[in-house]
Amino acid sequence: MAQFRVEVSGVGLTQLPIAVAAFRGEDRAPQKIAAIVQADLERSGQFRVVNSAGIALDELTKPDVAMWRQKNADSLVTGSVTRLADGRYDVRFRLWDVVRGQDLGGQSYAVTQADLRLAAHRIADFIYEKLTGDKGAFSTRIAYVTKAAQRYQLWVSDADGENAQSALASPEPIISPAWSPNGSQLAYVSFESRKPVVYTHDVASGKRRLIANFRGSNSAPAWSPDGRTLALTLSRDGGSQLYVIDAGGGEPRRLTQSSSIDTEPVYTPDGKTIYFVSDRGGAPQIYKVPSSGGNAERVTFTGGYNISPAISTDGRRLAYISRVNGAFKLHVMELASGVANAITDSSEDESPSFAPNGRLLIYASQVQGREALMTTTLDGKVKARLSSENGDIREPDWGPFQKQ
Amino acid sequence: MRRLLLVVSATVFVVGCGSTVPLDDVPVEDKAGTALSAQGAGAGAGGSGRGVDNGGVTSVDIAKSPDQPAIPAQPRLVYFDYDSFVIKPEFQAVIEAHARFITADKTRKVFIEGHTDHSGGREYNLALGQKRAEAVRSAMGLLGVSDSQIEAVSFGKEKPAVQGLDEAAMARNRRAEISYR
Repeated sequence: MAQFRVEVSGVGLTQLPIAVAAFRGEDRAPQKIAAIVQADLERSGQFRVVNSAGIALDELTKPDVAMWRQKNADSLVTGSVTRLADGRYDVRFRLWDVVRGQDLGGQSYAVTQADLRLAAHRIADFIYEKLTGDKGAFSTRIAYVTKAAQRYQLWVSDADGENAQSALASPEPIISPAWSPNGSQLAYVSFESRKPVVYTHDVASGKRRLIANFRGSNSAPAWSPDGRTLALTLSRDGGSQLYVIDAGGGEPRRLTQSSSIDTEPVYTPDGKTIYFVSDRGGAPQIYKVPSSGGNAERVTFTGGYNISPAISTDGRRLAYISRVNGAFKLHVMELASGVANAITDSSEDESPSFAPNGRLLIYASQVQGREALMTTTLDGKVKARLSSENGDIREPDWGPFQKQ
Repeated sequence: MRRLLLVVSATVFVVGCGSTVPLDDVPVEDKAGTALSAQGAGAGAGGSGRGVDNGGVTSVDIAKSPDQPAIPAQPRLVYFDYDSFVIKPEFQAVIEAHARFITADKTRKVFIEGHTDHSGGREYNLALGQKRAEAVRSAMGLLGVSDSQIEAVSFGKEKPAVQGLDEAAMARNRRAEISYR
C-alpha cells in the first residue's frame, strides 16, 4: 500500500473530481488496485478524489450516475480483480462520465501477481489520458540511491516509489543515476574502486560496463536522446571539463575548454544542445553549448549558485536548484521568457528530474532531518513524499515511457 | 451489455520477478570499455520469467571495498577554508614530508582525495573537491613528485570525515587526504 501523503497548497487549482470505487474482488487480491489508481491520480495534481468509501462496483455494473453527481464527482472508475486458474489475475476496469452518464471505455489485463501494481498504473495512465488529453506517466520507473549505515544501494521502483528492486549494492557511494532513453540501462557514478568512475548497467541482466575510468575523476553521465552517446565530466586533462563518449565506451572527445569547473551536462530532447553548470563567471551558473561544440551561452542570471539542470521533454522548461538566502530550492524556468520561480518551501533540494510527460518533477529534499524523495507539479501546488523504508533516499531519476 | 476492450499482451506483462543474484566479488579494475558480466544473471529468460525482460531488475552486490596498504606515519590531511583551494602555509610541511617519501621510491603511488563540506549539490561538490586535490597535486609537483606517481581524485561531499552540520564539522570535512594505494 502506498504510504505517501499528498499536500495541496495554493488556491485556484483546477482539479477534476473523480471517484474510484473499490474493485470487486480486490479484498482477496494481494494489491488494492483502486487505492493505487487513486493515489496515482491524486499525486498528479490534476485530480481531486471524491470519497467512495464502502462502495465496491465492478466494470459490468451500470452505476447510479445521479448519486455520483450528488457526491460532486465528474468521473467514476469501476472494476474487478479475479484470480485465474493459472494463478494470474484478471484486472478489468471501466471509466464513466457521470455528468453525461457516458461510458468512456475500459480495459482488461491478465497479469502475474508481481504485475498487479503495473496493471493499476496502466489503468491510471488510461484515465489520465482520457480526461486530461496528456499521456500518463504512472507506469514508468524511477531510479534512486539509498544510504543505510555504510551501505549504498541503487534501486529501481515504480514511479510512486513502491515495488523497489535493488540493482546494485555497494560499500562505497553511488551517485548520479541516469536512465538510458529506452529505459533498459542506467548510467551512474560509482566509487567502488575508491575513485569516481562511470558505469552503464543493464538493469534486467545486471550486466555492467565500465565506460569511463580515466585518470582523475569521472562523473555526471547524461545520455544523448538517441542513446548512442554519453556526455560526462572528466578531469583527465586537469580541471573538471565536459566530454562526450560513445555509449559503448572508447575514446572521449572534449566538449568544453575552460579553466573553470564545467559539469552536470544534460541534453535537450532534440539532442542539439547541452545545458551544464560552470563557475567560469566566478560562481556556479547554468550555461548551454551546442552538443557538437562551440561557444557557451549563459542561461541563469539570478542568484549566485544555480546547479543541476534538467530539461522537460518538450524542451520548454528548465528545472534547477538555486541557492536563495542560504536555502537550496527547486526552481522552474520557462525558457522562452527566462522567467523562473522557486516551487518549494524546503531548503535542501537536490537532483530534479522531469516525468516523461513533463507534468511532474521528482527531486530529493530533506523532511524532518531525513533525506526524502518528493514529487511536485510544475507550479509547486501539489507535492507528495514518496515512501522510504531504506534509510536516507536521494539521487532520483525518472525513467522514460515503457514500451506498451 | 457492452464488451470490454481487451488489451492484453502477455509479453508486456510477463515482467521479471526481480530475483536477487548476489555476487561475491565484482571486479572493478578492468579498463574502460570492458563488459562486466553478472554471473548467472541474464540467462534466465524464458519460462521462469526472470532475467532480461523489460521490467526485471537483477541485483549486483559489491561485497567489500578494496584494502588499503599501510601508510606512512606522518599526518596526511590538508584542510581548506570555505570555498577555497588555496593551500594554507601550515600544511606546507605535511606536503613536503609526503613529497620526500614519494620521490624516495619511484614505485610508490599516491592518490590525493579531495573532499568538501555537505553544502550544495553532489556533482558540483565533486568538481570542487577535484580542485582541492589538484591543488595538492600541483604543490607536490613543484617539489619534484613525478606526475606518474600521483593521481588527484574527488569524493565531493560523499565521504565526510565527521558528521554534523555546524561550522566545526564543515571545516573538518573541507580537506584533501593523501592516500597510498
